[in-house]
Amino acid sequence: MKFTEKEVEILEILEDDCRLSAEQIAKMIDLTEAETKEMIQNLEDQRIIVDYTAQVNWRKVDGHEGVKAMIDVKVQPKRGVGFDDIASRIYRFNEVKSVYLMSGAYDLSVIIEGKSMSAIAQFVSEKLSTLDSVLSTTTHFILKKYKHDGTIFEQDDEDKRIVVSP
Amino acid sequence: MIEPSHYLSNTVKDLKPSGIRKFFDLAAGMEGVISLGVGEPDFVTPWNVREACILSLEQGYTSYTANAGLIELRNEISYYLKEKTNIDYSPKHEILVTVGASQALDVALRAIVNPGDEVIIIEPSFVSYASLVSLAGGVPVSIQTSGEMEFKLQPAELEKAITEKTKAIILCSPNNPTGTALVKEELERIAEIIEKHDLLVISDEIYAELTYDDVYTSFVSIDGMAERTILVNGFSKGFAMTGWRLGYVAANSEFLSAMLKIHQYSMMCAPTMAQYAAIEAMKNGKEDVLHMKKSYRQRRNLFVGALNDIGLTCHVPGGAFYAFPSIQITNLSSEEFAEQLLLEEKVAVVPGNVFGESGEGYIRCSYASSLDQLQEALKRMKRFVQKRV
Repeated sequence: MKFTEKEVEILEILEDDCRLSAEQIAKMIDLTEAETKEMIQNLEDQRIIVDYTAQVNWRKVDGHEGVKAMIDVKVQPKRGVGFDDIASRIYRFNEVKSVYLMSGAYDLSVIIEGKSMSAIAQFVSEKLSTLDSVLSTTTHFILKKYKHDGTIFEQDDEDKRIVVSP
Repeated sequence: MIEPSHYLSNTVKDLKPSGIRKFFDLAAGMEGVISLGVGEPDFVTPWNVREACILSLEQGYTSYTANAGLIELRNEISYYLKEKTNIDYSPKHEILVTVGASQALDVALRAIVNPGDEVIIIEPSFVSYASLVSLAGGVPVSIQTSGEMEFKLQPAELEKAITEKTKAIILCSPNNPTGTALVKEELERIAEIIEKHDLLVISDEIYAELTYDDVYTSFVSIDGMAERTILVNGFSKGFAMTGWRLGYVAANSEFLSAMLKIHQYSMMCAPTMAQYAAIEAMKNGKEDVLHMKKSYRQRRNLFVGALNDIGLTCHVPGGAFYAFPSIQITNLSSEEFAEQLLLEEKVAVVPGNVFGESGEGYIRCSYASSLDQLQEALKRMKRFVQKRV
């Protein structure tokens, strides 16, 4: 799909900070508020903007640390539907945060979030690996998030400039 | 006990301390200040550039370079200038790498000014110009510009300021502190006068990368001007490399070798590690520059629009990252406004008069700050202004 320069600019701005209002964005890119609202609506309708979420560093929130794991899944693709059918059976579970079809040593990369390691182990052993098409799973627990979706966690973003300079 | 002031040179004694310094001292002691007073990007130097510097250190490149700078860097600067100005500068004979654009200005002035020569400065101007002219033994001659004319140099004013002693004019477009950018036709009209009076031009193009509305025109690309122009540029603003102190001059080889003499006796060479970083910036930094420029433009639109809504009338600056709004609505002087705003609302701006007489009645606000900070600053400025009108 082709988009105008302004539409792409809106996408970039919102990807960077989705709290900005249509009014603020309109000023930033020299459009009227109505035009901007309409563009955003169109981008949402076309599912170019899929969702607005916050990047949260849960490690810092007591009692909400959670556990994340990346699971390499080998599957038996089915005639006619390839990997799509098994992928959709997997991504419907609430515990599953992301599913990607991969090239290389395994087929699906599944990211799972759970309250504890044992909760994840249980999900993998009882739900995921028992699915018909699943041949094998390899679970990797995420120990620490340094950067996620372009956001650096634990970043020191203190302004190091002096207060007044030439 | 000696009396040090007896020994100081008269030139130095006569120099005024920068008004910015004075204001910095006032703001520096305060906590929780939102600063719109900075003349530098809020981006940290892109990581690939920092990484290139680290690699150069690991590899042990810690000694002097050629006086004029690493030839690889001069080659890159030459390609860059060809692309931007369509002029072929010889990397060997026409480009000199300096310690920031500040030193570039210094060597340029010292290379051409004889005692008593007049150098024209267009105010409001960068704080160093007049003092650098004085330090070189010259006489700074100011031309005032007005907010009504968006602080653009009027050719007739230039004609009026030229005397038999005039040697050169310093041009800065886009300008610090006004953000005013001159378009090609305006530069052409200035060029006609320069040619008619046989003058030189020092063209400070440090904000060249940060032009938002019109295509940037370098003064050297105006017909006949390359030979009489000393082009000054650097990495500070466009590439977010202020602390690296790296700039350059490009000029005809005779000017260049004169400047090289001053540079080699005073500086030897620019810092080696910064030069390696700059090579990376020139080779692979274009995307970062475009990204930063886009972000400044968006913030400019938001910020300048809001200033006007508050009643601080401001032209739309074509470049750099400064807004230069009028504060006349408050009936305060620039210094009073800046000082009271800092003390009452903890927002630091720079009083316009530190950039010359025609800056009185204005303040310089840098919008190189995060959107959150800008919006908070605007809220506070609105409250401050409303109390006074």
